Amino acid sequence: MLAKLVIYNRCLFLLELTTQNSPLTEEQARQLNELLKGLEGHQIDWLSGYIAGWRASQVGQPAAGASGAVPSAETPSLTVLYGSQTGNAEGVAELLGEKAKARGIKATIVDMADYKPRQLKSESFVAILASTHGEGDPPDSAIEFHEFLHSRKAPGLKGVHYGVLALGDTSYEHFCQTGKDFDSRFSDLGATALTERVDCDLDYDDPAEAWVESMLSAIEAKAGASAPAAAPGAGAPGTAAKSAYNRRNPFPAPVLENLVLNGRGSNKETRHIELSLEDSGLNYKPGDAVGIYPQNNPRLVAAIIERLGLDVEETVALSEGEATLADSLRHYREITVLTRPLLEQWAGHSGDAQLQKLVEDHGALTEWMRGRDLLDLIEAWPVEGMGADTLTAMLRKLPPRLYSIASSQAAVDEEVHMTIATVRYETHGREREGVASTWLSDRLEDEKTVPVYIDPNKNFKLPEDDDAPIIMIGPGTGVAPFRSFMQEREERGAKGRSWLFFGEQHFHSDFLYQSEWLNWRRQGLLEHVTGAFSRDQEEKVYVQNRIRDYATEIWSWLQDGAYLYVCGDADAMAPDVNEALIDVVALEGNRGRDVATEYLRDLAREKRYQRDVY
Amino acid sequence: MADKLPEDEIIKRESRYLRGTIAEGLADDATGALAEADTKLTKFHGSYQQDDRDVRDERRKQKLEPLYMHMVRLRIPGGVLSPDQWLGLDDVSDECANHTLRLTTRQTFQFHGVFKNKMRTLMQRVNAVGIDSKGACGDVNRNVVSNVNPHESQLHAEIHRLSTEISERLMWRSSAYAEIWLGEECVHRVGEEEEPFYSYCYLPRKFKIALAVPPENDADVFANDIGLIAIVEGGKLRGFNIAVGGGMGTTYGEPETYPRLGEVAGFVPAEQAADACVAITAIQRDHGCRTNRSHARFKYTMDDYGMAWFHERFREYHGQAMEEARPYEFDHNGDRFGWVEGENGNSHLTLHIDSGRIADWDGYPLRTGLREIAKVHTGEFRITCNQNLVLANVTPQQKGPIQALVDQYGLRDGTRATPLARNAMSCVAFPTCGLAMAESERYLPTLVEKLDGLMGKVGFSDQPINVRVTGCPNGCARPYLGEIGLTGKALGKYNLYLGADHKGERMNRLYRENIDETTIFGILEPMLERYAKERESGEYFGDFLVRAGIVEGERLPSMFHEALTTE
Ligand code: SRM
Ligand SMILES: Cc1cc2nc3c(=O)[nH]c(=O)nc-3n(C[C@H](O)[C@H](O)[C@H](O)COP(=O)(O)OP(=O)(O)OC[C@H]3O[C@@H](n4cnc5c(N)ncnc54)[C@H](O)[C@@H]3O)c2cc1C
Ligand SMILES: Cc1cc2nc3c(=O)[nH]c(=O)nc-3n(C[C@H](O)[C@H](O)[C@H](O)COP(=O)(O)O)c2cc1C
Ligand code: SF4
Repeated sequence: MLAKLVIYNRCLFLLELTTQNSPLTEEQARQLNELLKGLEGHQIDWLSGYIAGWRASQVGQPAAGASGAVPSAETPSLTVLYGSQTGNAEGVAELLGEKAKARGIKATIVDMADYKPRQLKSESFVAILASTHGEGDPPDSAIEFHEFLHSRKAPGLKGVHYGVLALGDTSYEHFCQTGKDFDSRFSDLGATALTERVDCDLDYDDPAEAWVESMLSAIEAKAGASAPAAAPGAGAPGTAAKSAYNRRNPFPAPVLENLVLNGRGSNKETRHIELSLEDSGLNYKPGDAVGIYPQNNPRLVAAIIERLGLDVEETVALSEGEATLADSLRHYREITVLTRPLLEQWAGHSGDAQLQKLVEDHGALTEWMRGRDLLDLIEAWPVEGMGADTLTAMLRKLPPRLYSIASSQAAVDEEVHMTIATVRYETHGREREGVASTWLSDRLEDEKTVPVYIDPNKNFKLPEDDDAPIIMIGPGTGVAPFRSFMQEREERGAKGRSWLFFGEQHFHSDFLYQSEWLNWRRQGLLEHVTGAFSRDQEEKVYVQNRIRDYATEIWSWLQDGAYLYVCGDADAMAPDVNEALIDVVALEGNRGRDVATEYLRDLAREKRYQRDVY
Repeated sequence: MADKLPEDEIIKRESRYLRGTIAEGLADDATGALAEADTKLTKFHGSYQQDDRDVRDERRKQKLEPLYMHMVRLRIPGGVLSPDQWLGLDDVSDECANHTLRLTTRQTFQFHGVFKNKMRTLMQRVNAVGIDSKGACGDVNRNVVSNVNPHESQLHAEIHRLSTEISERLMWRSSAYAEIWLGEECVHRVGEEEEPFYSYCYLPRKFKIALAVPPENDADVFANDIGLIAIVEGGKLRGFNIAVGGGMGTTYGEPETYPRLGEVAGFVPAEQAADACVAITAIQRDHGCRTNRSHARFKYTMDDYGMAWFHERFREYHGQAMEEARPYEFDHNGDRFGWVEGENGNSHLTLHIDSGRIADWDGYPLRTGLREIAKVHTGEFRITCNQNLVLANVTPQQKGPIQALVDQYGLRDGTRATPLARNAMSCVAFPTCGLAMAESERYLPTLVEKLDGLMGKVGFSDQPINVRVTGCPNGCARPYLGEIGLTGKALGKYNLYLGADHKGERMNRLYRENIDETTIFGILEPMLERYAKERESGEYFGDFLVRAGIVEGERLPSMFHEALTTE
């Protein structure tokens, strides 16, 4: 599309757009000729980029130009999706496959469990064969597909032709429920039925076979006429697009998913949050972070205002503009962290000698401020009659929080996923809450949006070379970007070996994204998943211990040009892991420790040792 | 199907005598599961991979794998174990499992909730008390069960010795077990036959043997592939009538699968009994169906080839023919609760254990109670095929102390539970059983309580009725031999079977399909009312239903799946 337009632009200086040399109507051609004549080269380049970006954000809707009928000569291709518990539906699916081939129809048979639902919108012919289980529920292997279709992520299915065979048992209340669900959902999403749905009882062979025949005839008829063209495949949106949104102008992203990843019996609360970037034009690469503008806890805001005897409705003038005092403290100013300048000004206002002494004693002040917030300050050194403007003028802007992106756009289109640990702790006899993490976990109803922007990080990137091995070390939420890495490499069909080191407290409850890692391992995309679960045995075990356990293997991976990635806690983890890596190099490469240290520095310079720690 | 071999058959044949990659799987710490194919093999080692179904869906959403854990079943021929062994197993349930012990309908123990990293320890600890789990599951001969027969100690000793001999002779031999679990070196030498009896194909399917001493049929011999019925003349064990081709399992909507009671084929002298069992197992090994697992049980072999064929094969494999069957009489297939005096001056106490689950519940510290008893008991423990427990050979001196413990811990010696509760059985089902479609063990208490209420209402709470519940049609609690049988169809929904006799000789039949509790009670109430009014003295509920023509008696397998009523 982009290429096309640029070419037009180039030609423009030679010839005019006409109904012959373009898909445009006379009127459109005329207007465009007008416009383009008036433009400078750089303006045309910008325009071409802009249009490309805009098109990319429309991915899914077939481009006007693309939806023309394709030659009927092309053999129609049928995707057969089955959801089966005990194999009946699967059996019929295979039958359909054979009969299709016999009739020269290209059929691909896929278990719903292994199907990427996002492909659905680009299918032309789809056969759904599903049994019903439980109390009218889908078979286990179909649950996710069923859920996806019924979620608000479900794509429009205009141009998709489908047919449904439902297997069931009339002795059940919800006879063939799952088949019925699929049928009505497909048509709701705009797909066209090829033939009536057939609901089979336990003895399903004959009705099933009849359905198979009528499906195939219907497809032949349709394809004979004109097979609908596949919509453009969902790829990473064109990077040429410049988004209107940025740090200063965050995009209000709707929340698609917000769930706790830790299983029962865990001491942790780590959330998986999915936001929609649809129509924002925002794009990111694996390794980038997303910035979020959180809100302070209204309860804390209220307590502060009350303690100062001020009025919540009073309007104050902020650099951002006017706002009520309550809103200022909730949205725009930092009230959970104390700073030196703040205390100095506060000392000025209070004139309290003791506070003055504290402010002058650097060490003591730092010590006092740790784990205290504005409310503590007000209570320790009340200042009578402080005005709202005076207060807000002393406070810092509420800073956005960054979160490593846990998804790849190649896999999730216009979504961004995050992995967020909820911060709760007690200091000085009061329960404290992390502003952003608890806003997202406790104070955010699903339909609310989250103001976000993309924070690119060119220092935490997958190797250009898809064949290069990668070693990913990411305990706790540090694992987030590696989910994005694996999604990206899977989509790219990268052949390089990969190895994940993950650590948390308990194997059973805290193995973040466990089933996804295991899936990638099953597919051979992830060679090793090495866990370190600190509290499952007497002696504590951390990733750095496991790194030392595997010194020999890690060294040989490094010899093969492996890239090292470390993400997560900056205070304890990153340094310990660095020490462990130095040991590995020193031991296996039998070098002195300082030579080993230098070796790692060189790796870092070659961008083969990258860290994203916080 | 055609005659290409099913996956399970291939896996077992290519497993290098049950080794597969189990050891590698145990070492993989990224998952609580074993490789798919290996989970078929661990069965032969006595273990099933399961997952906690209560949290399956929530964990899927959380992107966590299912909460994988293993069930381990032991091989305890005749269900007899010593107090020391009891204490050992009790410890294991704390150290390696979910703090419970589960008595099974085949006289042994199951541990549940054993995580992968605990399996080796468990196997070794069990081995240390002289018990193993070899062939407790898998396509081999399973735990050999026999009548607990508390009172006649001499006869019981002979029966128990025989159960053990049969179990030992039909045990698989490969050293895979010792290598994988007990950490022994691979002792197998090339060219040496690792499985002299089974060979690398083992059996087409599970195989079960039971021994009964008339008039007691507590072992439900007719539900087994081979049932040995002791013929005792003049106080001496002469030999056994042999019933063949019993089994309970079936699949909804598949008429070619059905439960079947064993048929008495003939008699063999006592000293030939073990050889006879080996011969019959060999017949099934060589002639059982290998291309369709749902047709691979011995009962189908019998129906495919017939009794005449069987007699010829038996002569061929055993070297001599069976004799004419001798007369015998069964009168019940339950347990007798409370104390009975043995002929040797010792006494025996049979305790009722709800669904065989031994745990410490608040207000009912069953596990602790039995543990305390094991500390003082000098006789043995015997598990019954009805999931109950016998404290056997209690010396006169100890009777007092043991009764004191029974009272202290409120153990159910028959005086506490109603006759109905005492005779009720259920399989495990949720949350551990992967095949469960409905609750069973967790539902039984409610069901029994309501049934007792109904019995009280129609005015005869004293009457034992044989109630058996399972979570699916596989028949683990032998539901088709219950006067009232329920098999799960979906959560809260069951098939209702009625009209079995009280001695394991007549199956019940499908009365209504896929109904909930209210409907079940709606059907039972009028029947129980009539029974209360019209029953003849000593007449059991199942027999009454048949006499009154509410359900007809014998039925052909082909009729098994047809419900009597639909409205
Ligand atoms: C524990 C026990 C029920 C109980 O509450 O005591 C049991 C439990 C299970 N049985 Fe059973 N069976 C148990 C006695 C039986 C019996 C009764 C008997 O043997 O007297 C039967 C019916 C007799 C027969 O074999 O026909 C029985 C017929 C089955 C079947 C159906 C076999 C068939 O021929 O169709 C299955 C499923 C299968 O094998 O495919 C099965 C499978 C199972 C499994 C292992 C489920 C599975 O395959 O994944 C169950 C484990 C549940 C759990 O979480 O513990 N179990 N199972 C019994 C253990 C006996 C033992 O110690 O060996
Ligand atoms: C590049 C980058 C990537 C990041 N990626 C992720 C990610 O993927 N997932 C993720 O969860 N976080 C990530 N973070 C951290 C994240 O930005 C926030 O810092 C974190 O979520 C806490 O923010 P909050 O507003 O909830 O807590 P805040 O209100 O900012 O409070 C956090 C502060 O509370 C104080 N505090 C915390 N615990 C205690 C205690 N026990 N005692 C005393 N004081 C304490 C500390 O001063 C801490 O800085 C990342 C940070 C960066 C810079
Ligand atoms: C536990 C269980 C629950 C079932 N529940 C339903 C139901 O609610 N509605 C229905 O129409 N069929 C129900 N069925 C019947 C199955 O859909 C039917 O057996 C179908 O042929 C199975 O096809 P499959 O082998 O492809 O899964 C149920 C079956 C089982 C085993
Ligand atoms: S009967 Fe079915 S549900 Fe019950 S234990 Fe056996 S297999 Fe599981």
